[in-house]
Amino acid sequence: MTNTSENRGKCELALTVNGKAETVRVYPMERLLDVLRQELGLTGAKEGCGEGECGSCSVLMNGKLINSCLVPVLQAAGTNLTTIEGLAEGPQLSALQAAFLECGGAQCGICTPGMILASCHLLDKKPKPTLDDIREGLSGNLCRCTGYMQIFDAVMEAARRSPA
Amino acid sequence: MRSDPADFELIAPGTLQAVVSRLADEPGQWLPIAGGTDVMVQYAAGKLSARKLISIWNLTELQGIEVLPGEIRIGAGCTYTELREHDVIAREFPLLTSAARWTGGIANQNRGTLGGNIVNASPAADSLPALLAYEAELLVVSVRGERRIPYLGFHTGYKKMDLAPDELIRAISLGRTFSGYLHHARKVGAREAQAISKVCIAALGSLRDNVIEDVRIALGSVAPVPLRLTAVEQMLKGKTVEPELLRLARKTAAAAIQPIDDIRSTAKYRAAVAGNLVAEFLEHLRDSGNTA
Repeated sequence: MTNTSENRGKCELALTVNGKAETVRVYPMERLLDVLRQELGLTGAKEGCGEGECGSCSVLMNGKLINSCLVPVLQAAGTNLTTIEGLAEGPQLSALQAAFLECGGAQCGICTPGMILASCHLLDKKPKPTLDDIREGLSGNLCRCTGYMQIFDAVMEAARRSPA
Repeated sequence: MRSDPADFELIAPGTLQAVVSRLADEPGQWLPIAGGTDVMVQYAAGKLSARKLISIWNLTELQGIEVLPGEIRIGAGCTYTELREHDVIAREFPLLTSAARWTGGIANQNRGTLGGNIVNASPAADSLPALLAYEAELLVVSVRGERRIPYLGFHTGYKKMDLAPDELIRAISLGRTFSGYLHHARKVGAREAQAISKVCIAALGSLRDNVIEDVRIALGSVAPVPLRLTAVEQMLKGKTVEPELLRLARKTAAAAIQPIDDIRSTAKYRAAVAGNLVAEFLEHLRDSGNTA
C-alpha cells in the first residue's frame, strides 16, 4: 500500500505469508507467483499455464483461493497469504496433506500444492462435501497423472477425519 | 514474449473519486484492473498494449449487492463467487447464478468481476446473455457525474462499447420483474468449468393459456457481441409452441446470428447449436405449463 510514488520503479510492500510478516521490494506489476517463488523462496506454488487455466499456482489470499499468476503483487499488499508451505505444523502434516499421501493423490507433484489449497478452500466452505462438491471445488485445478479419483478420495478421507 | 514488470506502472489510489479523477486527468492513459483474470492473461502473454494500470480491486464503492424494492444493484466489482452465493440473485435472477457458476473455476470466480466481464467484452462471456435477458441497466460514473444506460446496445462491435475513456461502470441494475417467468440457461462447451462456451443461451419466457405472452432470448459466442434475438422474440409473441413454430424459430435465429470458425468451434456447428438451443428453450417453456 506504499505505492504512492508516481515514478515507475520498485515499491516496498508488506504482506503476511503463512502467518509471518514479510516486506518485499518489487515492481507493482510483478506476479504474486513470481514474488512468492523468487523473493520469498516459497517454490511450492508452481507455474503451469500462466493464464489461470490450470490452478497449479493456487494459493489462499485472505482465505480465498486465487491463481497467483493472475495477481499483480500490488493487489496482494496487506493481505494474508497461505501457501502449501504453511499447512504443516513442523513435521506434522495437515489432515489434507496426510490424506493425499495415503490415498495416492499425488504423483508427479506439480498440481499437488494447488490441489491441496483448493481442497482447503472447499473444506473451509463445506466441511462435509459431496463428490459433486469436490469435483466442482477442484474443477479449476488440472492433474495429468492421477485421473483425479485418488485426489477425490483424499479429499473425502480428510473430510471424514475432520471433527466438524 | 512475456512482459517485463519494470515496463509497467500500477497504482492503487484506493477511492473511486481518486480513480475517476485520474482517468479524467489523463484520458485513455490508464487501464483499470479489477481481479485481473483477463488483463493479467494478456499481460503474461506480452499482449497488453496499456503500460499504465490503475487498480480498482476492492474499491468499496464498487462492492456489494444492494437489494431495493424495485431493483437490485450489483456493484461492478462483485465477484462471480459473490454473485453465485447471493440468495436474491439465485431466487429472482437464476440465469446470472448459472452464468457465475459456469465462469472459470473457483479461483477465477473469486477474482473475476461482473463489471470486468462487461468491459472485457468477450462475445463468449457467459454472464452477458443473462444481462441482456434481464434488460440490465448500467450505472456509469466519471468526474462528470453518473449516467444510467440500458446494457442492450452498450456493446457496439467486437470489443467496442459505449464507454468514454474517463468512465467506469459502477453498478449493474436489474429490475425485479421476472417472477412469473421461466428462466432457462444452457452452456455448450467442451467442459462445464474453465472451458469457454462454444454457444450459450439465456432466455426468459411466460405463457398465458399456452400462448407465449413474453419472451427474451440472448445468445453468446454467435456474433461480435452478445446478442439479443429480438426478431425471434417478435415472431414468437402471441404464438403457441408447435413444431412449425420451432422450425420458424430456428430459421429466424439462424438469420440473426453471425457465428465464426475459431479454436473452440465452427460457424456451422454454432449455427446448428444456436437453433437447437432456442428450440430446446421453447420446448421447456411449452412444458412448463407456466401461466404467468
